[in-house]
Amino acid sequence: MAHALTRLPDIQLDPLRRAYAEARSAKRRQALLGVVILVLMIAISAWTAEVRPATLWRNIDDFFNYFIRLFFFENGAPVWTDFGEWFWGLPDWLSQLFDTILIAYLATLAGSIGAFFACFLAAQNLGPNPVLRSVVKRMLELCRTVPEIVFALIFVVAFGLGPVPGVLAIALHTFGANGKLFTEVVENIDRKPMEGAIASGGSWTESIRFAVLPQVLSSFASYALLRFEINVRGASVMGFVGAGGIGQDLIEAIRKFYYTDVSAILLMILLTVFVIDAGTQQLRHALLGREDRA
Amino acid sequence: MTATHGLRANALSDLPGLRARHPSVFNPGPMRRVVTIGVLALLLGFVVLAIVRLEFSFWRILAGMGELGRIVGHMMPPVPHSWGQATLYLHALAETVAIAFLGTLLGAVLAVPLALMAARNTTINRAVQFFARRSSDTIRGVDQLIWALIWVNVVGLGPFAGMLAVMTSDIGNLSKLFSEALETADRKPVEGVISTGGTRMLGIRFGVIPQVLPVIASQALYFFESNTRSSTIIGIVGAGGIGLHLAEQIRTLEFQSVAFIILLILGAVIAIDFVSGLLRQAITGRATLVH
Repeated sequence: MAHALTRLPDIQLDPLRRAYAEARSAKRRQALLGVVILVLMIAISAWTAEVRPATLWRNIDDFFNYFIRLFFFENGAPVWTDFGEWFWGLPDWLSQLFDTILIAYLATLAGSIGAFFACFLAAQNLGPNPVLRSVVKRMLELCRTVPEIVFALIFVVAFGLGPVPGVLAIALHTFGANGKLFTEVVENIDRKPMEGAIASGGSWTESIRFAVLPQVLSSFASYALLRFEINVRGASVMGFVGAGGIGQDLIEAIRKFYYTDVSAILLMILLTVFVIDAGTQQLRHALLGREDRA
Repeated sequence: MTATHGLRANALSDLPGLRARHPSVFNPGPMRRVVTIGVLALLLGFVVLAIVRLEFSFWRILAGMGELGRIVGHMMPPVPHSWGQATLYLHALAETVAIAFLGTLLGAVLAVPLALMAARNTTINRAVQFFARRSSDTIRGVDQLIWALIWVNVVGLGPFAGMLAVMTSDIGNLSKLFSEALETADRKPVEGVISTGGTRMLGIRFGVIPQVLPVIASQALYFFESNTRSSTIIGIVGAGGIGLHLAEQIRTLEFQSVAFIILLILGAVIAIDFVSGLLRQAITGRATLVH
C-alpha cells in the first residue's frame, strides 16, 4: 500500500520543506534556550548550595557504613542475634510512640474541626460575605505555608517543652491544609439540593446542614484520615525541637551515635507508619466507596 | 417569601404525616445509630486519653496563649537589627531555594529509573518490581529531617547535606507518583509501536514516556514548591538554609528577626508557587492539546 503514495512535484514540495525546516529549527532554538537557562540555574544553585561532589565521592562509603553500623552492635554481632539488647528501651519507646500517635490524632481532629467551620466561609459558592471569605482564605494560606516545625519552635517558647506545643503546631498546619482541601470539596458540590432547601424556606445554616453536609462529609473524613497519616510522620520529628513524642529519643540517639538505638526506633516508626497507612487506606476506600453508591 | 414560608409551615404542620411516610429519613434504624454513637464514643475516648496523657490543661493553654500574645507583640515591627543581618538572611534564603531546586531536580532525575522499575507495565520482572517498590517505601518512610541528619554525618554541616536530604526523600516520593502515572498510561500507543516491529524498550520510549512526561514534569514542579517550604526547616539540624537562623533567633528570643525571617520565607514561597503554577499550567495545557 505504501508505494501507492503520490509524490508531490518539487515546485509544490519546496515551500513545504522550507516551512518544515524552519519550524524545526525554531523548536530547536527554543529547546536550546531552555537547556541554557536550566544549566545556568543549576550552576548558580550548585554554587549557592556549596555542592562538593568530591567530598561526596570521598565520603560516600560513610553513607553506606552508616546503614551497616545501624544493624551491628559494637562488638560486631548483628542486631537480630539479641533482640533484648537491640530493643532494650522497648517499654519507654512504645509509650513515646503511643504519645506520638496521640499527638497526631488530637492535632488532626482539632485542625480538621477548625477547617470544617472555616471551609463554608471560604468557599466561593457558599461564602456569606466576600470580605470574610478572603480573610479566612488568607488565614488558611498563612497556616499552611509556615512549616509546622516553625510553629512548634515558637510554641515551645510560649507553652513550654512537651507535647502540648507539638499538638498545637500540627493542628494549626492541619487547619490550613485541610481548610483548603475542604473548601475545594465544598466548591465542587451539586447546588441543586441546596436550592431545594432554600426554596422550601431553609436558612443558610439549615441548607448547609441538610443539603451540603451529606454531599461532602465522606470526602472530609477521607482527607482527615490522609492528614492523620501525614501527621503521624510529622509528629515523629516534633521531638527534634522539644515538642514531644518519640523524636526526642531519636535525635538523641542520632546525635550521640547510638547506632542500634537509631535503627530500633526508626524501625518502630516505619512499622507504625506502614500499619497506619494501610489502615487509613482501607477506611478511605470504604468511605469513598459509600459516596459512590449514594 | 411568603410562599416559601408557607411551604415550611405546611411541612412543619404535617410533621407526623411526613414521619409516617418517610420512616427511613427520620429513623435510620438502630444499627446505624449504634454505629454512629460507637464511632463518636471512640473518637471522644481517644480525645480524653490524649488530653490526659499529653498533659493538656486549661490553665496551661491560657497561660501559653497570653505568652503567645506577648511574643506576637515583640515581633512588631518585623525588621532585623542591621543591614548586615538582613543580607545574611537573604543569602540564607537563596541557599534554601537552591537546596530545594537542586534537590528536586536530582531527585526527579533519579526517581525516573526507580519508577520505571516499580511500575507494572514497564518493569523488568516481578522481583525487580518488588525490590523497587520496597526501596521506594522505605525511603519515603524516613522523614526528610532524618535524612538530613544522616547526610550531615557524611558530607558535614552545610547546605550540601540539605540538598542531598531533599534529593533522597524526593526519590522516594516522586518514584511512587511517577510509577502511578506510568501505570495509568494508555496501552494503545505501546501496542502501536510493537505492532510496527518495535521492541519493548522502544514501546516504552515512544509509547509511554511521551504520555507521562507532562505529568512527571508537573509533579516535579509541585514538589519544588513543597520542598521550598520543607528546606526552610532543614537548617534546624544544621543542613544549611534559613532554618538555622530561624531556630537560632527563636532560641535567643529575637522575635523581630524571627518575624522578618518568616515574612521572607512566606514571600519566597508565594513567589515560587506563582511561577511554578504558571509553568505547570503551561505544561498541562500543552498535555491536553496533545491528547
